Amino acid sequence: MKQEYLKYIRDNVFPTAFCPGCGHGILLNAFVSALGELDYDQDNLVLVSGIGCGGWIASPHMNTDTLHTTHGRAIPFAIGVKLANPKLKVVVISGDGDLTTIGGNHLIHAARRRIPITVICGNNNIYGMTGGQASATTPVGAKTMTTPLGNDYRPFDLVKLVKGAGGEHVYRYTAFHAMQMKKAFKDVLQKDDFSFFDILTGCPVQYGRRNELREPAKMIQWMKDNSVLYSGEYHDDKIMVGKF
Amino acid sequence: MGYKVIIRENWCKGCYICLSVCPKNVFEKAGLLDDRGIIVSKAVRPENCIGCQMCADHCPDLAITVEKEDE
Repeated sequence: MKQEYLKYIRDNVFPTAFCPGCGHGILLNAFVSALGELDYDQDNLVLVSGIGCGGWIASPHMNTDTLHTTHGRAIPFAIGVKLANPKLKVVVISGDGDLTTIGGNHLIHAARRRIPITVICGNNNIYGMTGGQASATTPVGAKTMTTPLGNDYRPFDLVKLVKGAGGEHVYRYTAFHAMQMKKAFKDVLQKDDFSFFDILTGCPVQYGRRNELREPAKMIQWMKDNSVLYSGEYHDDKIMVGKF
Repeated sequence: MGYKVIIRENWCKGCYICLSVCPKNVFEKAGLLDDRGIIVSKAVRPENCIGCQMCADHCPDLAITVEKEDE
């Protein structure tokens, strides 16, 4: 990140509140760099976040107008902001537990109605802040605090969920794909449509330590090895990345 | 013409993602704990840097800046 982009962050709250190697920080880095490269007007941007580790990405780290809302309700607050002042660019940045597990209903209805907001889901496959409980995106077989013998239930495929609900601009990247993520952020920041990002950030501390991915570098390597760029063909056993 | 690798060491938490993504092996762990109890990353071989920005883009703590050096 370049020195001149530091104007987009509140540097008095740094170092971040995240654990070492948290992918949410990579998401924050990509978003700040995207704003910086566009020279985006920070007075014209509202970031809305919910509760959990993902809720901390925007608030307090970003030096824009931020709303830190109640658990799962980031999208309704964002819709309210957009209705009150349609000229603002409204971006929701929150976690998978917040946006898809507790607030899943708001997500599918925002996609159905194609509300012109951007929703960025920092998907770390777990409820990190509360101690590592399984969420709706925890993969089958993954060990968590509430599923010590492995998760029995199928996870949400967020790309398919939002696509199925009617969302048009849907992207997925992992923390390894920081540059592609930044480019996609730049694309959507210049548009006024409903767009959704499923960013697999990875949680080395709560998820990784129970699933042999404790080292952040190992987590990044795992994402690199298991992801495939989407080009018309969708493989369910791989992490499909790209624009859908 | 080279590149300058700036690490804001008071923001670094020692996750060493920069060590793993750097293609030119610029970084190394510091030898000693700092006063927060963290072994931070150091750019010990900045002359090898090709300015690919992989470390700067992947740093979760926004601690790395890679700048072009003017001759």
